[in-house]
Formats: sequence, structure tokens, C-alpha cells
Amino acid sequence: MRIRFRFSKLGKIRFTSQRDVARMWERALRRAALPMAYTEGFNPRPQLSFGLALPTGAESLAEYVDVALDPIRAAEQGIVPASLPAVLDGLLPEGLHIEEAVPVERSKDSLQQMVTSCSWTMRLVGVERAELGSMVAALLAAESVPITRERKGREELDDLRPSVLALAVADATHDESADPSGRTVGLVAELSTRPRGVRPLELLRGLIAVSGDSADRTKGGLADRGRPGSIPVLDRACRTEQWIERDGLRQEPLLGRVIPAGADRAAHALERAS
Amino acid sequence: MESLWPQIEPLLAQVTKPARYIGGELGAQQVEHRPEVVSWLLVYPDTYEVGLPNQGLQILYEILNERPDAAAERSYAPWVDMEAAMRTAGVPLFSVEGHHPAAEFDVIAFNLSAELVYTNVLNLIDLAGVPVRAAERTVDDPVVMAGGHCAFNPEPLADFIDCFVLGDGEEVVGEINEVLAAFRCAPTPPEGGRTALLEALSRVAGVYVPACYDVAYDDDGRLSGITPRSSGTPERVEKRTIADLGAWPYPRQQLVPLIEVVHDRLNVELFRGCTRGCRFCQAGMITRPVRERPADQVRTMVAAGLERTGYDEVALTSLSSADYSGIEETVTGIIDDPSCSGQVSVSLPSLRVDAFTVGTAAQIQRVRRTGLTFAPEGGTWRMRQVINKLIREEDLYAAVDAAFSQGWKRVKLYFLIGLPTETDEDTLGIVALAKQCVAIGKRYHNSVTVTASVGGFVPKVQTPFQWFGQNTIEELTRKVHLLRDAARPVRGLTIRWHDPKATAAEGIVSRGDRRMGAVIEQVWRNGGTFQEWSEHFDLDLWTDALSAHGMTLEDAVYRHRAEDEILPWDHLSAGLHRDFLWQDWKDALAEHGLPDCRWTPCYDCGACTGYGVEHVVASAVPPAGGSQGTGQDLSTGGQVPVRFLSTAPSGAAPAPVPGGSAVALATEGRS
Repeated sequence: MRIRFRFSKLGKIRFTSQRDVARMWERALRRAALPMAYTEGFNPRPQLSFGLALPTGAESLAEYVDVALDPIRAAEQGIVPASLPAVLDGLLPEGLHIEEAVPVERSKDSLQQMVTSCSWTMRLVGVERAELGSMVAALLAAESVPITRERKGREELDDLRPSVLALAVADATHDESADPSGRTVGLVAELSTRPRGVRPLELLRGLIAVSGDSADRTKGGLADRGRPGSIPVLDRACRTEQWIERDGLRQEPLLGRVIPAGADRAAHALERAS
Repeated sequence: MESLWPQIEPLLAQVTKPARYIGGELGAQQVEHRPEVVSWLLVYPDTYEVGLPNQGLQILYEILNERPDAAAERSYAPWVDMEAAMRTAGVPLFSVEGHHPAAEFDVIAFNLSAELVYTNVLNLIDLAGVPVRAAERTVDDPVVMAGGHCAFNPEPLADFIDCFVLGDGEEVVGEINEVLAAFRCAPTPPEGGRTALLEALSRVAGVYVPACYDVAYDDDGRLSGITPRSSGTPERVEKRTIADLGAWPYPRQQLVPLIEVVHDRLNVELFRGCTRGCRFCQAGMITRPVRERPADQVRTMVAAGLERTGYDEVALTSLSSADYSGIEETVTGIIDDPSCSGQVSVSLPSLRVDAFTVGTAAQIQRVRRTGLTFAPEGGTWRMRQVINKLIREEDLYAAVDAAFSQGWKRVKLYFLIGLPTETDEDTLGIVALAKQCVAIGKRYHNSVTVTASVGGFVPKVQTPFQWFGQNTIEELTRKVHLLRDAARPVRGLTIRWHDPKATAAEGIVSRGDRRMGAVIEQVWRNGGTFQEWSEHFDLDLWTDALSAHGMTLEDAVYRHRAEDEILPWDHLSAGLHRDFLWQDWKDALAEHGLPDCRWTPCYDCGACTGYGVEHVVASAVPPAGGSQGTGQDLSTGGQVPVRFLSTAPSGAAPAPVPGGSAVALATEGRS
């Protein structure tokens, strides 16, 4: 028996890593005394499978985990998936909140392999709306946006452009900004996971690259606002959806929402954030 | 107090492992600071991952927060990147729970578990915005306190710490809180300001206030005396000892961190103290006598702890866990508990070296079987008699045979080099032992690995070796090379060693007097923090600071101390009589072993008799296989002055034993 949970990761806990979150889930599941299925071998581990890894420091409204339960014992105990969020929510640390749980079929592809794109909202500091608007337009108009990325300790040149499925400056109403200087602006994006996932910080480096500034200065953390100057820095990033696109339809992995692939991606990214 | 979180949050995106600074652990207490409540900041002066699991700090955290007149939070040393970001942004040291500024607490209390963290202690006081030197603090500054094993030689930190606490903290922390409440929280505090507060603290048993003592030196610059300034201050500060561990079932709410830390598991303390009498072991000497936790309390703490935390591993901790009365029943009880569904693994740090122990280990590690570690410490029987680690070769080989035959493929052996009277034959005995262990392993598996992990010996205070002149860096390096060369042709044997330079630096602070404070301060001012970490350790910082203050490694570290020499810690006591320690030192040089006093009559080291306490054990019957090759007469267990726990673990021998049945059991165990 396999149960898929959708959960959010908000607040201080965003500074923990994907691996930390996995361990929080393991402990919560054990505390709930659920009959987890374990891997075979000398070092049995509970069978948990997470969606696409979230960068440390980013928040999310759309995290997923598949939990395998021992079918016999789960049936004996009369486990009802819909009742699990209420049980587990109190056992997870503050900042992790379960939204839904549904039973899913065992599939040969992991969640991580099936997800094709993610929607994001971001908050940039140190840039004005108009300025950011022209950077966005430049990126969308570009045929290719080369950025260097670190991969296995080596710098590689990658084209960012094909991975940017949608990009827009957020409506002023979606601007969480209370920054009186007007230099805090929201951005929404849908970023493809193929051939490789793009992180919000890499998107920002692409934006800076197409607008002619040196992208190197944004290397490092999620929000390196300690650096002065006119370069916008990423203050907050929140993943709002993970999508599985197949046969012209985009599905949210819990099978709840199905949206035609042609629909306005940026608008949908925003819908969840508001 | 105001939270610094809005200033801290933007820094976290720039640093490695930002979750070190966010708190949020299960078991963390959100306390409210009010003027009538004494506020404590408990600080572990190393990284969050190293410091969070510290059980001593967690115990005091709970005991303080259970008091209506105290509120405690925690802090750890920010890593170098975070410290730099904090200093640039003007953010001081803060608590991880409420992100409150350290300087606003009534007390900043450090846990001292290792000497090389001393420069971090200075750095953290400075990062708190508090004057680093105690003499420069005013009545408004926090009281800076320290406890833990290293507090038994507090002199190197005497210039920076207002007061030290010796021994078990469970009881004394409340007494200290009452003094602080009177001075810092009462509407009309006593006259006399900070000086009066420190004097009042110096009158609490177990508390040492360096400022209340005068230090004198003779014409040769040798220490000639440390004496109290006023009549109310004790001439000698005695450690505190809790008589009964069962009265302190802490931690009740062990912290479960959000990120991975060292020893990331449930920890339950089986007993405190150890009477094996290994002469190099400071922990064994200063924590006497043995006080066992009742077996039913251990079971309750394990079951409740696993259920509350969701951990799948529990460590049963002590200085020699296999010596716990009824250890087998205790561990199999945990493994076979149906609520654990066979998925909980038990670990026993500090395994005794014998086949019996391995049998127990096989039983309990059936879930996850990684490597087994033994600590023979010395390479030859002669060497092991000197250090009183009385393990025969046969014991070790039987243990290793048992380990390999029961499925383990990796065995790790701990050794010390630079021990008193050590010859090259003793040093090379390490390779001979390890080589034989590889050969035993090959009988069972093609690919076995034996790792001999070799540390340089640092003499510690309040041990029989406190008079011994440490080996030089060159001598330790030579011995490491001897070992490395001898081990090279042996397939399956790996030698790992601790940097002899770090051993020397540890020696500088371990037995230094008050003048060593200037050296520590200079190392810190020149950037020497995180000296426990090899990537930050720099011996030149230490030797430069020594010579700047007219000191040498020869005198501070390598010199043998004389019998009549006044030692910088002679005015402090762990209960052990000085003449007992001296006699034990002479016995060591004569290669005489000393039996474990838990199973033989008392030889009056002072730890029990001086404080009116006794061993507290469920059974005075030695554990099966427990003689460890000492050949000591184990039939005398029933005559040992011990206090028996009222509830013996089920299946264990009935407690007070007439000689006869003890003999029977002991013989059975050894067969």
C-alpha cells in the first residue's frame, strides 16, 4: 500500500535540507506507529520516495512524499489514508504541514522522475518593477541564455532558456513587498525539470546575464543580499506547484487538479501563491 | 528580551548549514524571560552538530526549566562563515530558541568537554559583547560560568570565567540559581555588587571562583600556592556527587534536532562513574563511584524515549556499558519489545574486550551490523599493566574471533602511544596485536579490515599520570612512523593516527596554570578558533603565544612533575586523595595492576569515603567474563561496601550475595 502526501514547508524550517526533511518524515511515521514497509538487507530503511528536491532555503506549497506501508498490517490496522494528515501533522516539526493524502498505485517511475516542471514565486530585492520587466522580456526574447553551473565540482556551461517555460513580473497586488523604496518585486516562473532542474538562483543569474551584468556575483546562497550594488538579489523563493505533463495535460501529482498544457502557466503559478 | 531573528534571517542565506541557527528541535523550550526569573544561556563551545547531543547540557537545560525561578536557553559556536556574517552585521551571539542576545542573560554557562575549545570560549564571550576578562565585567554583565570534565583544571581559563562548577551538576545548579536570584532578581539585592555575588557563589559547595583566590609564585617562577582571600571561601573546593542516579531520570525530553548531528539517536545513561581504574582515563577517575540507574527506569526511559522521539536507535551510555548489572536482560528487553517491531538498534559505546561482550553485541546489533570497536589501549601486556587496562591477549583474540565469526567484517582497535615507560617494543606490539586480529579474521572472510586508531597520550589532572611528562611531538611522530612502517606489509591492516601537533597543543592547556590564560587569549586574538578541527588547527599560533609569554613546550608539556611540586589544581578535588594518586603512579611505574574496587575490597581512593557515598549497583556479582584477565579473586564481591538497588533486574542474580554463589556465577562467566 502506497500513500502519497502533499505538504508545505514554510518559515524557519526552509533552512533545512531535503535530507533533513526525509529524516523528519521517518521519525514522524515511526512516532505514529504506522506499519511502514522496509527495504530488504542488512540496513533496512523505510520506503519513502520524495518528489523533486527543494533547494535549501526555498519554501514550498507543493512537496510530495510516497510512503509504502506493509499491506497486510495496514489492512489489519484499518488504515484510512484520508485520516493520516491529522495524525501526522502534529508529529512533524513546525513549518511542515500536510495538506492531503491519497493512496496511489505503485508505478515504475518514481515521483522524482515523473515531475516535468515546477511553478515558483520569488521575491527579489534591489530592483524596480520596470527594470525587472525589461530583464524578463530580454530573457524571453533570447534564443539562448548560457550560464555556468557547478556540477560534480566542475563548472559547466548550460543553456537556461529552454527550461524557462513561463516568466512574468508579478502583479503589484501579489507583491508581498512592504519595501517603501519600491525595490522589492515579485516574480513568477514555471521551470522545466528536463534535461535538468533549474533552481531559482540560476534563473536569477540568467536574468542578470541577459541584461549584461556579470552573473558571477550572485553565486552562493539563495539570497546573497549582503552584497551591495544594483544587482537584484533573491530574497525568498517558494515552489507553488510540481507538474506532471503528459498527452497535452498537466497534472498535479496528487491527481487533484488537471490543467490543459496550453493554459497560462504564470497565472496558475500565481493562483496557488495568492 | 527582544528577538534578533529579523537581523539573523538575512544572514542565513549566505552561510553553510543555516539550520544550525534556527532551533526548532523537538524538546526545545520556548521560555519567557521575566525580571524575577534567572535567565541562563547554556553554551556548548563547538558547532551545533557536536554540541547539541551533549547530555550534560541537556540535563541542566531541563532541570533549570522545571524550576519556576529559572529559564534556560541554548547556544553553540557559530561556524566561521556565520561568525563573520554576524560580526559584519553587528549581530551578537544569540540563543537558538528565542534568538535572544547572549549579553542580556543573567548567566552564560559553558560546557567544557575538551581543552582545545578554550579559544572558542573566549571568542563566544566576545561575540556576546561581554568583556573577555572577568576582571573587566561590571555588575550589569552576565555571570560567566563553566562546568564539565575540563573544569577540574580551571586555571588556564581563570582570567575569563567568573566561576567553575566541579562534578555532577544536577543538584548544585539549583543552589547556584538561588544565589543568583537573590542578587539579580530580588527587588533589593544585597550590597557589594559583583564582588559580593561572586563571594556568595564561592560559598556554594562545588563552586570555584578564581577571583576569590590569591596565586603565589616562588623565585624560580614555580607555583607556590593558591589560597583563599577571605575566610568564607573554602581552601579546597570539593566536587559535587549525586548519590543516586535513579533520582535524576534526565533528560526526560531529549532534544531531537532538525538536522543531523553526531550521536543522532536516543541516549540513555546506564550508570555514572567507573571503577576499572584505567590510569590514563580522567573520566574514570573524576566520576567515581559507580552509580547505576535501576533497570526498570532504564527500560521506561528507553520505551518512552523511542515513542516520543521516533528514533530507531538507542545508545546505552556509560564509561563501560557491559559492566552494567543485567546488561543482557536490558538490551534483549529492548530488542524484543514488540512496539519496536524489530527495527530498533541498540548501541553500546565503550564495549569491554571479551568474547562474552561480543555475544551480547551480536544479539543487539542484528538490525544494523557495521563495525565493532575495542580499546586495548596498550600494545603489550606490560604496557597494559602500567596503564591498568588489564586485558590479556587471549581476551582480545577471543573477542575478535567472536566478532568475525558472527558476521562482522570490520574491527577497529583504539590504542594510545606516548604512555609512561613505553618502549618501542610496546609501540610495535600494537601492530603485532592488530596483525594477529587480521589473521583471525581471514579464517572467516576473505576481505576483513582491522583499523588501529592511535592517539597520542595527554596526561590529565586528577589521574595518577598527572605527574608524567608528555612525549614530544618528535617522539610521537617517530612512533607513528614506526607503526606505519611495520603495518605497511600487512594486508587488511590500516593505521590511523591523531596529529602529534594537536596532542602537544592539548597538553599546553591540560595542565597549565593561571599564566596560560595569556597564551590562550593570544591564540584567540590571532584567529585561532575551532582548534579541535584539523582544518583550523595551527600549532604555530600556540608556540608563538607560548614564547611571547616566556614559556616553552619543554616546561609546560614535556616536563615530569615532582612529588613535592604544587600543582595548579591541588586546591580542587575530585575526591581522590593525592597520596592515593601518587601511590597509583608508583604502582604504574612498577607495572602493578590495581583491581576493580567494585568487586574487591575498598582501597580508599577517597571518592566514596570522602563524600559519604557508595557504589550503587543492582548486583555486586561481576558480569560474566568480567575479570578481563586480571586474575583477581572475584569471590569477594559480596564484601564490597556497596548500596544495592532495591529492584534487581529480572533474571539477574539476587543482590547481596554470599561468597559462594558469586564464585559460581563468576566461574560460569569465565568458562
